[in-house]
Amino acid sequence: MKDAILQLIKTASTTLPGDVADALKKAHAKERKGSNAKAVLSDILTNIEIARQDSIPLCQDTGTINLFITHPKEIAQSFIKGEVNKAVKAAVKKGYLLQNAVDPVTGTNTGTGIGDGNPSIHFTQSRAKSVRIDLLLKGGGSENVSAQYSLPDSGLKAYRDLDGVKRCVIDAVFRAQGRGCAPGIIGIGIGGDRASSYNIAKKQLLRKLDDVNEDAALMKLENDLMAKLNTLCIGPMGVGGKTTVLSVKAGALARVPASFFVSVAYICWALRRASCVVRG
Amino acid sequence: MITLNSPADEKSVRALRIGDVVRISGVIATGRDELHRRLFGRFDKKIANILKGSFIYHCGPIVKRSGGGYKIISCGPTTSIREEPYQADIIKRYGIRGVIGKGGMGGGTLTALKEHGAVYMQATGGAAALLSRCIKEVIGVHFLDDFGAPEAMWVLRVKDFPAVVTMDSHSKSLHDDIYEASMKRYKKAV
Repeated sequence: MKDAILQLIKTASTTLPGDVADALKKAHAKERKGSNAKAVLSDILTNIEIARQDSIPLCQDTGTINLFITHPKEIAQSFIKGEVNKAVKAAVKKGYLLQNAVDPVTGTNTGTGIGDGNPSIHFTQSRAKSVRIDLLLKGGGSENVSAQYSLPDSGLKAYRDLDGVKRCVIDAVFRAQGRGCAPGIIGIGIGGDRASSYNIAKKQLLRKLDDVNEDAALMKLENDLMAKLNTLCIGPMGVGGKTTVLSVKAGALARVPASFFVSVAYICWALRRASCVVRG
Repeated sequence: MITLNSPADEKSVRALRIGDVVRISGVIATGRDELHRRLFGRFDKKIANILKGSFIYHCGPIVKRSGGGYKIISCGPTTSIREEPYQADIIKRYGIRGVIGKGGMGGGTLTALKEHGAVYMQATGGAAALLSRCIKEVIGVHFLDDFGAPEAMWVLRVKDFPAVVTMDSHSKSLHDDIYEASMKRYKKAV
């Protein structure tokens, strides 16, 4: 299993998924000739090619290693976690991952990429015979501009409805400016508690950019926000331009009557995801 | 396209304006959170000799050992605003001619750029593979044991390193301009 996970990390770190690369190509075609926005997107497209050809990380910030793992009950989580840690250590040695685990109390970088709670693993048990692993590498810059709101928020005139959700998302993207490495992809979590709300937002980032939300209300929310956010003209890397976001994806969880959370998981254009199935 | 040598003199840096596309060649040094905290408010003569007239690159690279030395594998910019509390002091104290990073910086840095003749340049975030091709040599490394590889100060010889001037020594910030324009659009959007 370790080798399969190592291969998964290498793929995610060095090769941008085709749907994301296509969205960036379309964005590049749309921007005005000679503009800063077009130059930035041109750098990005060249970078994607170099990383793929040379098998090197397309961004040095390989970020938080998020793993969403579905496994049969016969395979222990402790075993899978051990294999993940071995794969991460090997990936750091091979230069596919940054040494990205720091003890927050002592300030020491562990040097191995491993620390308490890092990588971040989310387990689900299933009846399938094999283990499915979805990997998402999320850069720190984009995690820093991600946000969570508690509705109602009178400053934003955001009340407990989908209009309120929209106001939160527009606020988060406006505040992010170029710092999350725009054009970003926006995962939204509506409802839940603080932790599950952000988690469902982050899970939206595993969806293909061109998929369609099965929930009609959420699909409309995604489309409306996609149009509105691009009117902000923050542009690639915040230099101005037509492309501020590449895609918006929303998910919802039941909430308690007292709480209404809106989570905005902003991810940079370098949305590094990859999946594999390992037989048990 | 403007060729900028590093170390640079004050005159050539003051001639730069926001929106200028530059290619940087010469010696620069990486530095991010730990280095800025270390240099803030104190003077380290050895480090000053390296930094004087040069540029600090906000970057935590992926580095591999290669033979007796090191090779930079992947090295895009990291978010600059985290260094805002320290940057003005370091520009003044260490005589750097500016900063390379991403996302822009605040008013304190903008004032320091004007007072001391320095500039802020943005490299494309995430374009780490492309930028690693501009690193021609790892000249040295400082604080590697203290900070670890991503936070250490890597002294690099670069050639034609691409960046855009987004904050200049004339109190102009492209980041502020875009913020103001997008604020108006934000109000319309809600």
